[in-house]
Amino acid sequence: MVLELQKPRPIWQIMFSTHHTDIGLLYLISSLAFLFLGGSLALAIRIELFLPNIEGTGQIIADSMTFNRIFTVHGTTLIFLFIIPFASAVGNYFVPIMVRYKDMAYPKLNAIAFWMIPPAAVLVWLGFADFTWYAQPPYSIISAPGPAADMWIFGLKILGVSSVLGAINFVITILKCKHPDMSIGQVPLLAWSFLATSVIIIVAIPTFAAALLMLLTDRLGVSGFFNPAMGGDPIAYSHLFWFTFHPEVYVLVIPAIGMMYEIIPRFSRKPIYSYNSGVFAFVMLSLVAFSSWGHHMFATGMSFTEKTVFMVGTLAAVPASAMHVFNFIATMWNGRIKFATPMMWAVGGIALFFAAGAGGVVNTAMPLDFSTHDSYWVVGHFHLFVMGTIAFGSIGMVYYMFPYVTGRMYNETAGKVHFFLSFVGTILVFFTQHVLGLYGMPRRVFDYPPIPEWIAMNQIASVGAMIIGVSMAIFLVNMIYSSGKGQLANTEDPFGLGGKYYYPFEAKNPHH
Amino acid sequence: MSGHSNYPEWIYVAVVIALMAWVGAEAWEAERLVEHIPEGAEVIKVTAQQWFWTFEHEDGTKEIGELHVEVGKAYKFEIRSKDVIHSFNIHDYVVLMDAVPGRVNTVWFAPDAVGIHDIQCREYCGLIHYNMRGTLYVEDPSS
Ligand code: HEM
Ligand SMILES: [Cu+2]
Ligand SMILES: [Cu+2]
Repeated sequence: MVLELQKPRPIWQIMFSTHHTDIGLLYLISSLAFLFLGGSLALAIRIELFLPNIEGTGQIIADSMTFNRIFTVHGTTLIFLFIIPFASAVGNYFVPIMVRYKDMAYPKLNAIAFWMIPPAAVLVWLGFADFTWYAQPPYSIISAPGPAADMWIFGLKILGVSSVLGAINFVITILKCKHPDMSIGQVPLLAWSFLATSVIIIVAIPTFAAALLMLLTDRLGVSGFFNPAMGGDPIAYSHLFWFTFHPEVYVLVIPAIGMMYEIIPRFSRKPIYSYNSGVFAFVMLSLVAFSSWGHHMFATGMSFTEKTVFMVGTLAAVPASAMHVFNFIATMWNGRIKFATPMMWAVGGIALFFAAGAGGVVNTAMPLDFSTHDSYWVVGHFHLFVMGTIAFGSIGMVYYMFPYVTGRMYNETAGKVHFFLSFVGTILVFFTQHVLGLYGMPRRVFDYPPIPEWIAMNQIASVGAMIIGVSMAIFLVNMIYSSGKGQLANTEDPFGLGGKYYYPFEAKNPHH
Repeated sequence: MSGHSNYPEWIYVAVVIALMAWVGAEAWEAERLVEHIPEGAEVIKVTAQQWFWTFEHEDGTKEIGELHVEVGKAYKFEIRSKDVIHSFNIHDYVVLMDAVPGRVNTVWFAPDAVGIHDIQCREYCGLIHYNMRGTLYVEDPSS
């Protein structure tokens, strides 16, 4: 498909290209780089929490301010610089091919959307803000140190614009540029996932964009939207933020589900059990995504009625998510499954998706949320999504695309070891964090009192994180080594599944 | 889609919906009871600020970082903040409510056994958030 390493081109040719596979490659490489960078920060957090700090022992990170900056940049990086750009990588490679068009609808816009990411990343990383990934006022107005905070705000602003531009491009490519012989009901589910996601982005992001501007002017002291000292209301920010970011969590997860829809039928050597219910569930999720943002705010002093409405809105999203799980299992049922590396990641991701959803239901059941909210339970909950489901689906997709991108095969054994270690590590870290939350440990703490249960569970989680770290090192080596020295892949059917279910990977890059 | 029927899927979806309806109904009922503040609950004013807790009893006595209450009595917390958002949390009694500047949030509890419990802040509030802790003493006035 791209075969960069077999027919090398000067790097600037790729950088200034507007071809969808070139932009896909740029997205792919940069998002994986941020996976490793953001992951290193996570390791730093877990090492710090391995032991409570008692008289100089157990402390690795210099002070709590540094720690707070680390978890802020960790979250910001992995959500905005890994998960979202990685989805764009996959979308760039596959969507035009799937709708049988020569490129994205607006190639230049596509390049612009990508090139907005590096400056934003520089702002976030050089600033290293400390106000967590949701920049809650009034802390973010009156207490968070600048210029880090302001740089974060500008960085996120740029990322938001980039995301909207990308989304517009996907919507137009799918709806307007698909082959005239193709009806919307024939567009593959992976492409559908991009359609659903893009619509959510276009509807949801402007709200946060407005909130960011208001936050900035509040910080400058020229307005007081969210500043109670000037008559503002910080909870208004929470509403604006979560109105964008609850839907945004579906923006993160839906493409990963789409990737699984690409992998699971392939490796089960069966068509998808029900295309229609896949489409239906995507559309449903995009709608109900907007009915539940308040579940993040139960403890802000919401009335009973408000909480009830948002609880019902949240529960309404569960059947649609559950339909995907059913669809995957029914597809695998009686299939001649080949458990190659991509399939293992996809299946592991589905198992963790189910566990994550179950935890979410507990969160939204009102009285239970007062046990879980802002405790380590929530950290466990959403990491089962972002790591367990989304990163798993994405990494499965990296292995799946590898032969098409490089023309070579990765090392299968190393890929499987990577999977097993990551799977075990993920369970150790994030299941344990659920329990730790039930024992009352708050999230976002630099240190904790030496309660024996807390220490034990923190240590299990830290060991799990180290295991994931090791597995990711194996991943990195495998990718680098195999792209240069791996066996040449049979690009017609690299996984030996019988070519029947393959998309022709026929993207014609004019430079080749 | 031909070749198979979707009938098992419909049953599955119906089961999921029924389960969610049940969870929702139970949660609604429980929350309704939990939120009902008993009459005559004694008011304790809780003030959060970076990075400690102040408690003011009905008789005007103030405590910082420590809170002494009597076993068997009901208390209503009126929670305020002087600076940023904090969250007042006595995990052992599932007391959790944000302290939002410009608002007064209320939550109640009735300690049912003598004992000592942790008070902590559950919403990120900056530098010493991790150590914005306090202690709750539930005491028996007769002893
Ligand atoms: C079955 C579906 C889901 C349900 C019922 C659910 C429910 C919830 C609830 C009620 C909370 C608030 C917890 C609290 O702070 O007290 C929450 C937090 C969160 N959820 Fe989910 N969720 C679901 C799916 C997802 C998905 C698909 C993602 C992401 C990819 C996700 C990401 C998050 C994040 C990031 C937070 C925490 C945000 C923060 O406080 O930093 N959730 N979820
Ligand atoms: Cu949410
Ligand atoms: Cu705090």
